[in-house]
Amino acid sequence: MKQSVFKILSNEKIADSVYRMVLKGDTSHITASGQFINIKLDGLFLRRPISVYDYDESTVTIIYKVVGVGTEQLSGMSEGELDILTGLGNGYTVSNDTKSALLLGGGVGVPPLYNLAKKLVAVGKTVTAVLGFNSKCDVFGEDEFSDLGVKTIITTADGSYGIKGFVTDAISEIEYDEFYTCGPEPMLKAVYDATSTSGQFSFEERMGCGFGACMGCSCKTKYGNKRICKDGPVLVKEEIIW
Amino acid sequence: MVDLSVNLSGLELDNPIIPASGTFGYGHDFAELYDINILGSFSFKGTTKDERFGNPTPRIAECEAGMINSVGLQNPGVDAVIADELPKLKKVFDKKVIANVGGFSIDEYVHTCALLDKEDQVGIIEVNISCPNVHGGGMSFGTNPSDAASVTEAVKKVTTKPVYIKLSPNVTDITEIAKACEASGADGISLINTLLGMRINLKTKNPVIANKMGGFSGKAIFPVALRMVYQVYEAVSVPIIGMGGVSSADDVIEMMLAGASAVQIGAANLVDPYVCRDIILALPDTMKKYGIDNLKNIIGGAH
Repeated sequence: MKQSVFKILSNEKIADSVYRMVLKGDTSHITASGQFINIKLDGLFLRRPISVYDYDESTVTIIYKVVGVGTEQLSGMSEGELDILTGLGNGYTVSNDTKSALLLGGGVGVPPLYNLAKKLVAVGKTVTAVLGFNSKCDVFGEDEFSDLGVKTIITTADGSYGIKGFVTDAISEIEYDEFYTCGPEPMLKAVYDATSTSGQFSFEERMGCGFGACMGCSCKTKYGNKRICKDGPVLVKEEIIW
Repeated sequence: MVDLSVNLSGLELDNPIIPASGTFGYGHDFAELYDINILGSFSFKGTTKDERFGNPTPRIAECEAGMINSVGLQNPGVDAVIADELPKLKKVFDKKVIANVGGFSIDEYVHTCALLDKEDQVGIIEVNISCPNVHGGGMSFGTNPSDAASVTEAVKKVTTKPVYIKLSPNVTDITEIAKACEASGADGISLINTLLGMRINLKTKNPVIANKMGGFSGKAIFPVALRMVYQVYEAVSVPIIGMGGVSSADDVIEMMLAGASAVQIGAANLVDPYVCRDIILALPDTMKKYGIDNLKNIIGGAH
């Protein structure tokens, strides 16, 4: 973990209430896809944890949805600097012993899968992504995932774009050795029930600190009590207790 | 050269800064961030006789200049703390630690304190009789003077280490409780624990926290904490560890002027993980600014 100052390079709306922000700064502590950053905002006591969409040597990109005062404030910033903690959470582990991977993202659970998709493609896996949204106006990421060489399927709950239904309604024909998923908890549970291989799940919980100190986001697993922020947010299928 | 050292019942601290229980784990997470030997000491995560998962989530709610938590004393239990956490801590912290102890009955407090009494790394036992997040124990001992006295007396019998009793602000008159603890042999008083509070989500119309209520902490409670430290300083003669909303070197000096011999920093750690280190580094210049060369000389200076 590192605390440092990042400069806002851009902040654009990419779907209904969804924004993409690119930040410049020291990214050396970001070590895995699926990690998150924790952003300090003026006037708000707690930091705002937001998952990393993509990163390189000097920039980090986040995609976030406006859901409260923090993200509302963030969405209005087009320039300036932010105090950010980076390198938080365990992130996804890219395994070497499988050939094909399925990515299942729901809404703002899609972003942490993007950098992961890059890494999975880079190690030569066949990757399919099923990205689920409520409606056409919420959809983002289709071109970006496709451009990586990932077969990308979009689902919408109301059927206004792509396949009508949830991500689990689109996976019966797909062949995969492992899966990676992130999204709202009911979706994760549905994925758990609809899949037969091993997989990695990224969870969300209301956090205090975001770095393991306060025990605000604990959960029970078959491997003992874990902190979503530090021991997670990624848990493997075999350890999850619903 | 300014002198930052303070003394708590014979335990000499290089400076008065102590991360508060529940905001610093068992230390080693923060040792990954900076050398925690810079601290005066720290108070480890509230430890009970048996392992506890604590309360359901969500456990956290944000407030104006503060937060509410309802963790509910999650900890691995005293046996695991002694077997695993203290040896891990030893590798990164050379100083004495403050052992924070929670409980649900006098027997439990006694059991846990008796075990921690044997640990060389423990400099002070801080008995939490004020946790607002557990039912049927914890805070109930801290809300009436005779129960507070009973816990103090029982714990004092099983340890030779200094015993500090951590008090709840959720009482009519905190000085009565402090006096009862002192009369029963407490070596010092820690205050304040969190203020009982709650938030309601306007969209769902339900309490934000699963347990409905929780402990309010952070910058917003500083004036309340300061007032109670000031009152307790007039009521007892044992040392006081002051805490509640402290987040700057100025706050530390203000808390000591009210009567604190040392100062704990809680919620601020969760927002700025380096805050304790930064306050220690800022203290010499802040002392000079206010014409202070020895921190020990300002304790209770506002009375």
